[in-house]
Amino acid sequence: MTRVAVQAAGAKKLGLVIDLDTCVGCHACAVNCKEWNSGGHSAPMTDFDPYGANADGVWFNRIHTFEAGEGPDSRTVHFPKSCLHCEKPACVEVCPTGASYKREEDGIVLVNADTCIGCKLCSWACPYGAREFDADEGVMKKCTLCIDRIYNENLAPEERVPACVSTCPASARHFGDLGDPQSDVSKLVEARGGYALMPEMGYAPVNRYLPPRAGKKTAGCTGAAAELAKPAETPGLHPLLRWMDKVLSR
Amino acid sequence: MHPAFSVIFFTTASGAGYGLFALLGLGNALGLVPADRIFGLCSLGLATALITAGLLSSTAHLGHPERAWRALSQWRSSWLSREGVAAMAAYVPLAVFGIGWAIFGDVDGIFALAGVLGAALACATVYATAMIYRSLKPIHQWHNGFVVPGYLAMALASGAALLNMFVHIWGRPQLAVGVFTAVAIVVAMFAKQRYWHFIDTTKSASTPESATGLGAIGKVRLFEAPHTEENYLLKEMGYKIARKHAAKLRAIALNAGFRAPLALTLLATALPGTLAIVASSVAAILLLAGLAVERWLFFAEAKHSVMLYYGASQV
Repeated sequence: MTRVAVQAAGAKKLGLVIDLDTCVGCHACAVNCKEWNSGGHSAPMTDFDPYGANADGVWFNRIHTFEAGEGPDSRTVHFPKSCLHCEKPACVEVCPTGASYKREEDGIVLVNADTCIGCKLCSWACPYGAREFDADEGVMKKCTLCIDRIYNENLAPEERVPACVSTCPASARHFGDLGDPQSDVSKLVEARGGYALMPEMGYAPVNRYLPPRAGKKTAGCTGAAAELAKPAETPGLHPLLRWMDKVLSR
Repeated sequence: MHPAFSVIFFTTASGAGYGLFALLGLGNALGLVPADRIFGLCSLGLATALITAGLLSSTAHLGHPERAWRALSQWRSSWLSREGVAAMAAYVPLAVFGIGWAIFGDVDGIFALAGVLGAALACATVYATAMIYRSLKPIHQWHNGFVVPGYLAMALASGAALLNMFVHIWGRPQLAVGVFTAVAIVVAMFAKQRYWHFIDTTKSASTPESATGLGAIGKVRLFEAPHTEENYLLKEMGYKIARKHAAKLRAIALNAGFRAPLALTLLATALPGTLAIVASSVAAILLLAGLAVERWLFFAEAKHSVMLYYGASQV
């Protein structure tokens, strides 16, 4: 039978909201993801030749950096990318064994490492490159949304969030129920115009990205920059008189 | 997409095997192929060998080949699973047809029916194989209407070329078989040329702008990749080696896979005995070699949307 869970309206859709305005591209989320998941649900995250010239390994989270636009209007945007836990996950649909599945209760997409045959078709079906094959274990691996943290009663309540969210120094990552319009993350998406990636593919990703805010192109009202931006008031004035004028103007 | 040798061999060999099996089943029902046992043993034996070698090869690229049987379970949603089920199901009429023909020397009644049923299941298997690729939205060069007709036509053309070779070897050439082979090659060539025209003149609707959602700011380009060395994604989806030779390889596939076999097949209909055997055999061998090149290109020219996150400006 097919394992593509059909989620009822109003069902829980756990996911991430990533703020491209505040992300500083430090890769801490990817590192903490690797650290936690090396002992987590889909452990190990195999590395090959980690200290050699051709280092390779499994990561669930990768941080790209893009440039958008030209000249003074351009922006450099750090762009973390991990599984988007799609509502219509083709990776689950194409799986011939049922090893890939989407949980009905919270929408998390997982791989059962005991029944995965390592055919890699799911990674072909994912337009986002969210899945990485573990050549050592012979099975496909992917972000689990830290399923072993978010429900873990051994952790303090504030720590029951994905490792990437807990470690972000810029608070650029938010975790919550995007199926609930009243949740903090849903309100954040609403307020900031959060969007889905490649909507034309029709996979209906749950994760949302918050666009960079419009940047300031003029100097602020205080500080040296503002002073320098002012036109010289009395050109040709003697330096001593100019100094006096400045002192008396205070 | 990375052209895995196991998958190229599988789709080419099994395609030809299923094509030959289907045409033997139909040809037998129409009385177009020799009914003698040794013919059945050799021709159906080659079809079985090609199908089986291909299927075994396809399990070679699995991370866990010993779990391959699990792939039969998700036929309701997965084309890969459907392919597996159809492939296994096709062995039943293949066995009945083969036993009747090669052991009992009987190609009538239930055995003829098994041949026709086998032809349907062979086509279904090739169709399912093609649908695995056709259903993948992230790969524009696969997610189009030219893939399935191409796979079916090329399986039939390669099967027909093998059948034509066998009837010539047996000294029982049939004009109908020769003409069908020529027509199948022309159809396959047309399908492939239409496919190449399609992938040359169109591209995916997805762009770096839609992939990142940053299009409102302006044109998006990669500034810094997430990692310095190649990862699984780049090795599997970022394959570029054959692409720069695409024009030459297409010419090879076109000439070896279609034009030369077509000329040789037509020539074989006019040539006497031994020369016809040589012409039809060379046609079959060239066609299979050309299809292997074509299949390599099918993978190497396919671009996955994940590359939009790695600097590709289009896919």
